Amino acid sequence: MMYKAIVFLPLIGFLIAGLFGNQIGKKASQIVTSGLLVISALLSWVVFFDVALGGNVHNVTVATWVSSGDLNFNWALKIDTLTAIMLVVVNTVSSLVHIYSVGYMSHDPHNPRFFAYLSLFTFAMLMLVTSDNLVQMFFGWEGVGVASYLLIGFWYKKPSANAAAIKAFVVNRVGDFGFTLGILASFLVFDSVQFSEIFPQVEGMAGKTFSFLGAEFDIMTTICVLLFVGAMGKSAQLGLHTWLPDAMEGPTPVSALIHAATMVTAGVFLVVRTSPMFEFAPDALTLVTIVGATTAFFAASVGLVQNDIKRVIAYSTCSQLGYMFFAAGVSAYGAAIFHLFTHAFFKAMLFLGAGSVIHASSDEQDMRNMGGLRKQIPLTYTIMMIGTLAITGFPMLSGYFSKDMIIESAFAAGTGAGNYAFIMGVVAALMTSFYSWRLIHMTFHGKSRASQEVQDHVHESPPVMTIPLIILAVGALAAGGVFYGYFVGDNYATFWKDAIFLVGDNVMEAARQVPAIVVYAPMIAMIVGFLFAYLFYIRKPHLPSEMAKNHKGLYNFLLNKWYFDELYHFIFVRPCFWLGRVFWKKGDGALIDGFGPDGVSAMVMRIAAKVRTLQTGLIYHYAFAMVIGVAFIVTYFFITTQGGH
Amino acid sequence: MAMSEMPLLSWLLIIPLIGALFILFQPNDSEIGKRNARLVAFFVTIVNFVVSLALWAGFDETTADFQFVEHMPWIGNNIAYHLGVDGISVLFVILTTFIMPFCIVASWNSVEKRVKEYMVAFLVLETLMIGVFVSLDIFLFYIFFEAVLIPMFLIIGIWGGPRRIYASYKLFLYTLLGSVLMLVAVLYMYNVADTSSIPELMTYYFNADVQTWLWLAFFASFAVKMPMWPVHTWLPDAHVEAPTAGSVILAGVLLKMGGYGFLRFSLPMFPIASHELAWLIFALSLIAVVYTSLIALAQEDMKKLIAYSSVAHMGFVTIGIFAFNVQGIEGAIYQMLSHGIVSGALFLCVGVVYDRLHTREISRYGGLVNNMPLYARVFMIMMLASVGLPGTSGFVGEFLVFVGVYEASSTVAFIALSGVILGAAYMLYLYRRIVFGELDKDDTAKMKDMDPRERLMFAPLVVMVFWMGVYPPTFLNSMEVSVENLIERFNSRVEQHAQSVGAGE
Repeated sequence: MMYKAIVFLPLIGFLIAGLFGNQIGKKASQIVTSGLLVISALLSWVVFFDVALGGNVHNVTVATWVSSGDLNFNWALKIDTLTAIMLVVVNTVSSLVHIYSVGYMSHDPHNPRFFAYLSLFTFAMLMLVTSDNLVQMFFGWEGVGVASYLLIGFWYKKPSANAAAIKAFVVNRVGDFGFTLGILASFLVFDSVQFSEIFPQVEGMAGKTFSFLGAEFDIMTTICVLLFVGAMGKSAQLGLHTWLPDAMEGPTPVSALIHAATMVTAGVFLVVRTSPMFEFAPDALTLVTIVGATTAFFAASVGLVQNDIKRVIAYSTCSQLGYMFFAAGVSAYGAAIFHLFTHAFFKAMLFLGAGSVIHASSDEQDMRNMGGLRKQIPLTYTIMMIGTLAITGFPMLSGYFSKDMIIESAFAAGTGAGNYAFIMGVVAALMTSFYSWRLIHMTFHGKSRASQEVQDHVHESPPVMTIPLIILAVGALAAGGVFYGYFVGDNYATFWKDAIFLVGDNVMEAARQVPAIVVYAPMIAMIVGFLFAYLFYIRKPHLPSEMAKNHKGLYNFLLNKWYFDELYHFIFVRPCFWLGRVFWKKGDGALIDGFGPDGVSAMVMRIAAKVRTLQTGLIYHYAFAMVIGVAFIVTYFFITTQGGH
Repeated sequence: MAMSEMPLLSWLLIIPLIGALFILFQPNDSEIGKRNARLVAFFVTIVNFVVSLALWAGFDETTADFQFVEHMPWIGNNIAYHLGVDGISVLFVILTTFIMPFCIVASWNSVEKRVKEYMVAFLVLETLMIGVFVSLDIFLFYIFFEAVLIPMFLIIGIWGGPRRIYASYKLFLYTLLGSVLMLVAVLYMYNVADTSSIPELMTYYFNADVQTWLWLAFFASFAVKMPMWPVHTWLPDAHVEAPTAGSVILAGVLLKMGGYGFLRFSLPMFPIASHELAWLIFALSLIAVVYTSLIALAQEDMKKLIAYSSVAHMGFVTIGIFAFNVQGIEGAIYQMLSHGIVSGALFLCVGVVYDRLHTREISRYGGLVNNMPLYARVFMIMMLASVGLPGTSGFVGEFLVFVGVYEASSTVAFIALSGVILGAAYMLYLYRRIVFGELDKDDTAKMKDMDPRERLMFAPLVVMVFWMGVYPPTFLNSMEVSVENLIERFNSRVEQHAQSVGAGE
């Protein structure tokens, strides 16, 4: 019952606010949705202690969904350690974001709709993480996609928001294309889409091949690569990342909840949930490592030069997701989820903090028009400082435990891909430190570059916004230290149980015995990044523009996000519309109709002398012809059967 | 009398005709006459729906045999008034009776001229459509199958848009080609098998070479109705010119007759040919999916866009049928049912704004969410169902089809799935242009949100979309045994043939 409550309370909130929001009003919608989510979040923590720490794994079947031939799957809730962690992350962040939004969205006329969407998102995300089969996971997967689409386009009057919403949905569909093929292939091979039936069969399939797209491929590698394509879409990995920065068109609480803490981590969750499959597909794991590491590097490099405060954090998210993936790629699944867990707190906090900054400076998002806000909004400043310290891996804060663990695991893996990931991870850590401090300096330090009018309006956010921030700050400060032992430390095996694939001599144990230089590498990177940021934005503020001028090519390359959008527009979007028009006008119009009905009718017209009667004779003629035809058949048969018998 | 002994199928055929007769006797186009015609038509379609529910309630899901069978000699000794339903046809009957009341309600205010004739045409159409799905005599089937077009012609040709003559002429030319070939095939089958009973023909063994020709002849007719590429170009024109209710019934039920035909005739009667020519179906369907999806992306007319999307969705149906496995065929049937409701609802959505602004041009709209929030929600739900969002009816059919097809060929599944990406693109793009954005045009800004009649009309459709998406067993259970039976027989025939060919060599 408690499990059903956790999952379905947000749905009830969505239905109430969505259907009756305008009747019950703004305040009631806020209270209902937020209240139900707070209950859900509290229950999630109860479940976390019961399942993850107490060891009670549960499986609840809610109803049959589809049963067709051998294909059967249910609406079901599977609660193990991995799910329990996700429940805590999703519901905690979601309930805080709900509460924060009460303040942030106070001036918006569409409050009920906003809160309804937030709750809908939460419900879909919960269905995703509690699924015991691949298809229900896909349900949640698409559900969060729709919620994300709706929330990115929440301000539907803005053309840019609408464009971003469609882009997010369609790019994700490309990923889903892979995910769906992965599900189909799994069913073909294992005759089931249930995790509990697939996993035991995996070992037997390792190394075997099957026919896919007319060629022979390794079964497990193919399935896992296909699933990973889905993960790449949802988690904005290199190639399918282009939607995430544009998704910042949505209200900032949405960015915090969906595009930082929860939805975008669904890809990581997918890989970890199916770790018993990936573990038997080493080539797929190598791919995961390389894509993750490259994304970590790529996104951090773009983050260096962005000027929109939310875009910097968006690229940062993209980069951090890369870390989680390469952790999974080197089989450090515990570390991947650990970073997912800590990242959710400090990244949600950074976004909500950024929201507080935007809120304070009259909806300004360009950091070039900020500066010097430290004194005016000290609480927000403190929060952002904590977030920055956490993400850059300052000792004893949460990012320090999880990110360093990932980097060390990559090194400890000892493989080529692992080494690549290690180097990329350290370089990205340096850049992370640089862009994070750059954000702090440009926003809070120095002199204000805002207009006088904006400056006069700067104000600290109300408590309804700052209290959620403080709670998240506690998480960002402490989550790493408190849970280290369970997620990746000594209690690793008893904590995870069967929820993830436990590697015999696990890479995270090896990670704790790496050389000192490896341990200190991320720390050094962090300090170097900090120093550069200090030099560029505090000591010599003229340096960045000079650098940009002297290295115009590189600067533009980074500023334009490696030109991915332009490339995709050129090779996908334009050709599709062009083809559509050609098929329509030339294919359907000139070819098929020209030689088909129009051609035939033209011929008929030419032959028939009474062209005019044909045109004016109305449709009755044709109907009449049909009736005559039918009458003819009946008569024909009447005669023949009478004659025949 | 037990439910299963009552002649429910005859009732289903007769009730609309009684209603039509009654309407004919109403006084001419006075206001009262119009009102009576509408009320009677609505009442009759509701009664028929209730009767069809009784049929479904009495339907035995555990057998693949035909049920509610009625048999009366008609012409000579062989051609009979022979009716019955199995798990494959029963849901199409329900779909038909379910969709009909919406057509009547949708025409309530928008049809002003010749209301009496209009309602008569629709009621006659209902009888004919149900006739197609319940006929167990091949001649009876043929007559229903062809006669359905007569009221459809009239509906487009009399109550249609400016290019209605062109549209119905095109429809006529295409179907003529198909029906002539099918007629020849039907005659041949009757002469060879010496029976016109569909259940008997299903067990009759046609020679393998002959099967190919017969299959192609039926294919010509079904492919046009489906419609499959490249004989689909009548559909966009027919939809564009048809009145709203005409489009609803066309997309909702008429397009399903081709798919039903494949399941009732091609697969059971010509299994070897079906097996050998599956590649042709796959090829044409895949072209349809990609080709028409791309065309839909470039459309400037709402109805044309949805019409093209229908061709793409029907492509999934044919692919599923010719996967020859449980998931493929159940998915295809499910997809047809879902598409019947969803595309019907989408055309109703077009109708709502067309009634207000009298244009289908997408660029004339924009920003409707501002003044028509309820409409925006309903349209959103239907759009998401159309793109196959899990939890809506569209997903279940599509997913089952893909599962089935993947088993048959991963390459086909791969290409077909690309249609899902394009589907999202053109539907979202359509929705954005109509609903989102600033409300910056004066005439659009004056449009009012849905009135109570329209709300009531959409409510059951929304419920069905989610019911079919969340709890499909209601519908899958009805078809399961019949579909399994169809596949079993199909497989044994194909295997037999393979063995006899092997032995002959």
